[in-house]
Amino acid sequence: MLFIIEDTINGILMGSIYGLAALGLTVIFGVLKVINFAHGSLLMVGMYVAYWAVLLTGMHPYLSLVVVVPVMFVFGYLLQDILIKPIFKSEKEVREPITVIIVTTGVWYILDNLALLIFGPQYRNIQDNPLRGKMLEIGDMMVSVPKLWGFFTALATALVIYLFLRKTRMGRAVRATSLDRDAASLQGINQYRIYNIAFGMGTAVAGVAGVTLVPFYNVFPTVGVLFDIKCFIIVVLGGLGSIGGALLGGMIIGVIESVGPQFMTATWTEAIVYALFLAFLFLKPSGLFGVKYDW
Amino acid sequence: MALLEIDQIDVFYGDVQVVFGLSLHVEEGEVVSIIGGNGAGKSTLLRTISGLIQPRRGEIRFEGNPIQRLPPEEIVARGIVQVPEGRRLFSLMSVEDNLIVGAYNRRADEKKQQTIEEVYALFPRLRERTAQLAMTLSGGEQQMVAIGRGLMALPKILMLDEPSLGLAPLLIRDIFDTVRKIADQGTTVLMVEQDVRHSLSLSDRGYVLEHGRTAMEGPAQQLLDNPHIKTAYLGL
Ligand SMILES: Nc1ncnc2c1ncn2[C@@H]1O[C@H](COP(=O)(O)OP(=O)(O)O)[C@@H](O)[C@H]1O
Ligand SMILES: [Mg+2]
Repeated sequence: MLFIIEDTINGILMGSIYGLAALGLTVIFGVLKVINFAHGSLLMVGMYVAYWAVLLTGMHPYLSLVVVVPVMFVFGYLLQDILIKPIFKSEKEVREPITVIIVTTGVWYILDNLALLIFGPQYRNIQDNPLRGKMLEIGDMMVSVPKLWGFFTALATALVIYLFLRKTRMGRAVRATSLDRDAASLQGINQYRIYNIAFGMGTAVAGVAGVTLVPFYNVFPTVGVLFDIKCFIIVVLGGLGSIGGALLGGMIIGVIESVGPQFMTATWTEAIVYALFLAFLFLKPSGLFGVKYDW
Repeated sequence: MALLEIDQIDVFYGDVQVVFGLSLHVEEGEVVSIIGGNGAGKSTLLRTISGLIQPRRGEIRFEGNPIQRLPPEEIVARGIVQVPEGRRLFSLMSVEDNLIVGAYNRRADEKKQQTIEEVYALFPRLRERTAQLAMTLSGGEQQMVAIGRGLMALPKILMLDEPSLGLAPLLIRDIFDTVRKIADQGTTVLMVEQDVRHSLSLSDRGYVLEHGRTAMEGPAQQLLDNPHIKTAYLGL
């Protein structure tokens, strides 16, 4: 019995990191209304930035946030401003700009291959960091310390984004744009600037997720692919554009992944995740939280 | 010099032209109505002034400067503010947040605390509903928020697209009274309406739009007395 509780706890912790990665995707989707297929690659970039920051300076992995967050924000902001915005402008009247999706897919391939070119295919990890391999003993249970840090970081990030959206002038403009673009324009809000900011935020959040992974996870050029599909599933589970939904959806996936193998082979747990995804698509496409884009 | 001057604009949706060589002007302090049936091009005209669509030909001048190539946010910053057809509130945001978003432009942002008090003074009902989500309001209350949100931007000219649309007759009267009040406090108003009688009776001048062209223009009272308008728009 105890091992199930232990797996559940560790599943929730790992799942919250999935949720954190998905949170970035959901912020971008909530505003731009397109799925960013490069999201996993952005997470990968975030992991490399964190990895090098830690390796070169010897700083605590979490201290690398002060580098990763601004770097990734600017990276996402410029990516949207230079690559995606022109397409948005030329397809202003199109409801679901499929070319934007194609471009984000292109960005995915380019980033993954650039990483391969620059850093090579090897798996990298930071051997001597204060979090690596640490376990917290609670009675007879073992809880992963780096994942626990990830968990609290996910909660804190969600809270910061929530407060930003609720309490600041720019945050309200982001929400308004996500609810009605033209009406937002009529309030004097520069839509394209808001898209840039949302993309920058989503990218920065992917970077934060990267930082939480670096202490215990390998960094390699295609690491993002592992998270890409999970993020899509989580975002659908939790409701597109919902902050709480992303975290909760992530935790559900995390628990299925960690508890499932006690009862079945790992391929089956994956099948369950996909089945859940399809069931939601058919039965409740608005996700767990129901309301459309409620921030 | 007119505050707003529209000079021979043509507007298209794709290849379809919906506004043809249209000209009009609004003087500072005036209330001007644009009337016309469904599909005449009234909303298209306002969307063009607001910069959501760009005219293919012609010029739009505000305080003497051409603005037809400016993006919507720049047009709002200059003081041209639209309350769009169908209210278009931010449905999942509170009444207060809807109003505050209205004051997004820099000029209005600095004064938003003061302006919101003025809006609540104009619409006391909204003060009781500050925390309520916009989507849960009645039609009349939604229109109050929409107009209030427009005022929050500190407009030099307020453009209203069918403010009476879908409201009960009693509320329609209230809304037009409010528009009059806003004008009396010194804001220039350009109003699009299908409720010809009410809108013309509180306006200084009017334009009749038919199939994207001005069919008639003149002092409001003169239009109200016009036989064509009486039969076509007033059902007399
Ligand atoms: N987004 C659009 N795309 C194509 N045609 C449009 C669009 N919006 C309006 N129209 C057409 O333009 C004409 C004028 O519409 P509109 O300006 O909404 O008229 P009004 O506000 O006077 O009812 C109509 O024939 C309408 O069908
Ligand atoms: Mg209309």
